[in-house]
Amino acid sequence: MTVMTTSSMPRKKGIREISPIDVYKLLPKTNCQECHESNCMAFATKLVNGELVLTDCPPLFTGEYQDARDALLHLLAPPVRAVTFGSGAQQCTIGGKHVLQRHEFTYHNPTAIAIDVDDLMPEEELRARINRIGQFTYNYIGRNLSLNAVAIRSISGDPSAFGRAAKAVAGSTGLPIILCSTDPVVIRAGLAETRDRRPLLYAATEKNWKEMADLALAFHVPLVVRTNGDLSLLRTLIRTLNSCGLADLVLDPGTLAEDGLFETIHAFTAIRTAACRDFDELFGHPLLGVPLAVWTGGEISMDVLKWREAVTASMLLSRYADILIMHSLDGWVLLPQLIWRFNLYTDPRKPVSVESGIRIFGKPDKNSPVLITTNYALTFFTVESDIKAANLDCFLLVVDSGGLSVESAVAGRYFSADSIVTALKDMQAETLVNHRILIIPGLAARLSGETEEATGWKILVGPKDSSGLPQYLKEHWPPRSDTA
Amino acid sequence: MAKKSKERQDPADGADVLSLAPRILELLEGVQQLELENFSMEIGDLDLFIPSQQYSLPGLSPTRTPTLQQKPMELVRESYHPHTASYVGHIREVTLGATKADGGSRARTVTIGGSTAPAYADILIPPVHPPALSLDVFDMPITLPRVLREHVADVLDDPAEWARMNVKKFGADIITIHLMSTDPLIKDTSPRQAARTVEEILQAVDVPVIVGGCGDPKKDASVFTEVAAMAAGERLLLNSVTLDMAEAKTLGTVAAAARDNGHLLLAFTGLELNNAKELNRRLYEYIPPEQIVMDLTTVALGYGLEYSFTIHERARYAALMGDTELAHPVISAATNAWAAREAWMAMSPEYGSRELRGPVWETLNAITLLLAGVDLFMMMHPAAVLTLKDIIHRLGSRGAVAASPAHDWVGARIS
Repeated sequence: MTVMTTSSMPRKKGIREISPIDVYKLLPKTNCQECHESNCMAFATKLVNGELVLTDCPPLFTGEYQDARDALLHLLAPPVRAVTFGSGAQQCTIGGKHVLQRHEFTYHNPTAIAIDVDDLMPEEELRARINRIGQFTYNYIGRNLSLNAVAIRSISGDPSAFGRAAKAVAGSTGLPIILCSTDPVVIRAGLAETRDRRPLLYAATEKNWKEMADLALAFHVPLVVRTNGDLSLLRTLIRTLNSCGLADLVLDPGTLAEDGLFETIHAFTAIRTAACRDFDELFGHPLLGVPLAVWTGGEISMDVLKWREAVTASMLLSRYADILIMHSLDGWVLLPQLIWRFNLYTDPRKPVSVESGIRIFGKPDKNSPVLITTNYALTFFTVESDIKAANLDCFLLVVDSGGLSVESAVAGRYFSADSIVTALKDMQAETLVNHRILIIPGLAARLSGETEEATGWKILVGPKDSSGLPQYLKEHWPPRSDTA
Repeated sequence: MAKKSKERQDPADGADVLSLAPRILELLEGVQQLELENFSMEIGDLDLFIPSQQYSLPGLSPTRTPTLQQKPMELVRESYHPHTASYVGHIREVTLGATKADGGSRARTVTIGGSTAPAYADILIPPVHPPALSLDVFDMPITLPRVLREHVADVLDDPAEWARMNVKKFGADIITIHLMSTDPLIKDTSPRQAARTVEEILQAVDVPVIVGGCGDPKKDASVFTEVAAMAAGERLLLNSVTLDMAEAKTLGTVAAAARDNGHLLLAFTGLELNNAKELNRRLYEYIPPEQIVMDLTTVALGYGLEYSFTIHERARYAALMGDTELAHPVISAATNAWAAREAWMAMSPEYGSRELRGPVWETLNAITLLLAGVDLFMMMHPAAVLTLKDIIHRLGSRGAVAASPAHDWVGARIS
C-alpha cells in the first residue's frame, strides 16, 4: 500500500509521537514571545498538546521561515485532511482528525449536520424549511447546539429548476450549501448561483468524474467522491482526482442504512483506520454519511423512518463520519445527535469537574436556603441552570467529589458526611446565614442521618432532580419554625 | 412535531422475520402526544466547559499541491486490501445460567465475550457471541416515566409475571431482578424474603437470571449470600460487587458464596480502569476469572455518555493488547439513559414528544456502547429492545440480511 508520496519528507508521525523537541527544532528559537508564551520551547509544548496552533507564531508566517513553516505544517498535519466549504461566519470545516479514537488525543471539527431541500419544493415551502433549519437550536449546558448546512437535491433533473432552488437557498441562508446531483450539467447550474459561497459538490462517480473534476477545478470548490461500497473503486477515484489537481475531497463510500448496515459501518471504520493507523493518504479525507438514505425504503410509516434515521445518524457519528446529510427535522431525532456530537468532540483529557466552592445566586440574605451538590461538571451546570431559570436566591456549596455525579459520589464515598463537614468548614458556611439548615440532593438521601450528626446542621432532603427545586423550595422554604 | 401516520403498510419483504418496523410502529403508536407545556431552558452564559474545537488545529494542511502536469484521461487504478490488525489478548467467555445437565434448571444459557478484536472494527472478524439483552424486573412497585410504565403497568406488582412477559412478549435473553426493596432505607426486606423472590423468578422463566442488589455493601452481601445458597448451581450473575464491599469487609463473603454455589459476579466500578483492575485482582483470590463480568458504569446521553464510551473503548483495547485484568465481558445498564431529563421531561414542541424522545434515548445510549464493545445490555423500553436486537443481528455477519440494491437518495421523492 502506498503511504507517502512526498519522498523528501520524513515518515509521517502520529500526533502523539511528536515531541516538543521535534517542533522546537523547526521554530525560530528567538523566544520573541509574540505567542505570549515565555519561550519557544513552551510554545512547542502547547502546540503538540493542541492548546495552541501554528498561526499563534506570527514570525513563522513571514518569508524568512517559509521552509520551517512548511516542514512544521507537514509534521503537524492531521492524517485526515481538513476540508472547508461555505463562506463567511458559518463556514464549515470538516475532517482534520488526528486519531482513530478520541482518547488517543481529541477529535477536532465536530461532524457537520446538513439537512436536505429539493428542487421540486415550491419556493415558499423551501424558504420555510430553510428557516426551520437555521432556527433549530438547543441550549445544552450553556452552548447553543445547531445545524450546519443545507443540501440541495436535484429531483427534477432539470438544470434550470436546480439553479432556481440554489438561488433561493443562497438568498435565504448564510449556511454552507451542498449541491447534490450526479449530472454535471445540473451541478453547473447550481454552481452558477452559488459560486461565491464555495459549496460542496456531491458527487463525482465512476461515470462523471471527468466533468465533475473540471467543475471543481474551475470553481475552486471541494468535491465528494462516491461509490457504493466498493473501496477499490473509491481509491481509484481518489487517486485519479488527485492527479487532476484536486486535493479537497470528501469520501462517501455509500450509506446503506438498513440491509447494508454491516457493509457501511465496516467501510467507514476501515477507511478511518487506514488513515489514522497506516497514514494512508488516499483514505485521509473526511467521510460523508447519509442517514437520509433510510427514506428511500419508503414503504413504512414516517415515524419508523425517522426512528431509523436517528439510529443510523447516531452510529455514523460514533463511527467517524465528518459530515452527515439528514432529512428529518424532528426534535426527537436531532436532539440526541446534536448532544452526542457535542459530547464526542469534547476533550477527553480535560477534567470533568468544576471548581469546588460557594456559588451565590440572585441576592441571598441571612435567611436564604443553602444547597449542596458535587463538582461533576454536568451535575453543576444542570443545577445551576435550574436555579437561574427559577430566579432563586440561594447559596450553593459545590463539594469536590473528584468530578463524580451525586449518585456515583455517594456510592463511592466521595460525597459523604465527612466531606460535607469539611466543605461546611472550608467554605465557612456558618458565616453566610443565620440558620443551620442544609438542603442535600435527593440522590444523597441516605446521607441525611449521619450528616446531621456529624455537622450539627439540620438536613433537609431536596428533590432527586434539580428541576424540582423551585417547587421544593416553595413548599419547604422558609422552613416551619420547628425545623429552624 | 411528528405527525402520526395512521396508515400502516407491511414491509415489502414479509419473509424477513427481523423486519421490525411494524412492531416498532405499534409500540410507538400506542403513545399519545400530550405535552404542550411551554417549557424552555434558559441557561446563562457559561464558559467553563470548553469544547475542544476552540483550540483545534485549524484547516491548515501542508501545500500538498498535486502536480498539475496533465489531467488523466482514464482512471488511475488503485486496489484495496483490508487492514487486519491482530491482537495478543482476547476477552474471556462467560456463560450465564446453567441447564439441568450442568446443575441448574435453565432451558438455555447465554455465553458472552470471546472477542479477539475491537467490536465491529474488522470485517473479517465478526462477534464470537452476539451481545445479549436482559430486561429489568423490580421486586416492588417503582416510579417509572409513563412511557415505560404503560408497557408494564399490569405486572408492576408481580415480579414473576413481569419476568414472564419480558421473555415472552419482548424477547428477553436474560432477566434482571432488582431487589430494590432490600434497601435498608426503603423496605429493608430480609435476605430470606429476597431469596424467595429470586426463586419465584427462576420458576417463572427458564432463561438465565441476573440478581440486582440495593447498593448497600453490607446488606447486599447478606442478600447475595442467601440467594447464592438458595439457587446453588444456577449460574446467576450477582449485580454487583464493589470496592465498597472490600472496604466494608464483605467482598470475600460474597465472592466465596458465588464460588461455592457456582454463580458469577458483576464487578462494578465508576469510570476508573485502575479501580476496575484492583477490584478484579481482589476477586481473583476467590473465584476463577471466567466467573467475572465488569460494569464500568453507563452514564446517560447528555450526562457523560462520552466518558462511558471512552472508558469502554480504552478497556477493550487494553485487554486486546494483553491486559488480562481487563479481559472480561462488559455489561451496560442502558436504562440509565432515562436519568437524562431530555428522555423524560416535557419540552417545547420543536423537540418532539417525550414518548418518542425517551425510547430513542435508551436506544441510542445502548447502540453507542454496542459500538464500544459492550457484551450485555440491561434494558426496558420494548422499542429500544427490538431496535437493538435488529442492529445486533444486522451487524452480526455479512449478509445477515439480504442486501438490497443501493437506492439513489439524491433524486428520491421524499414526503
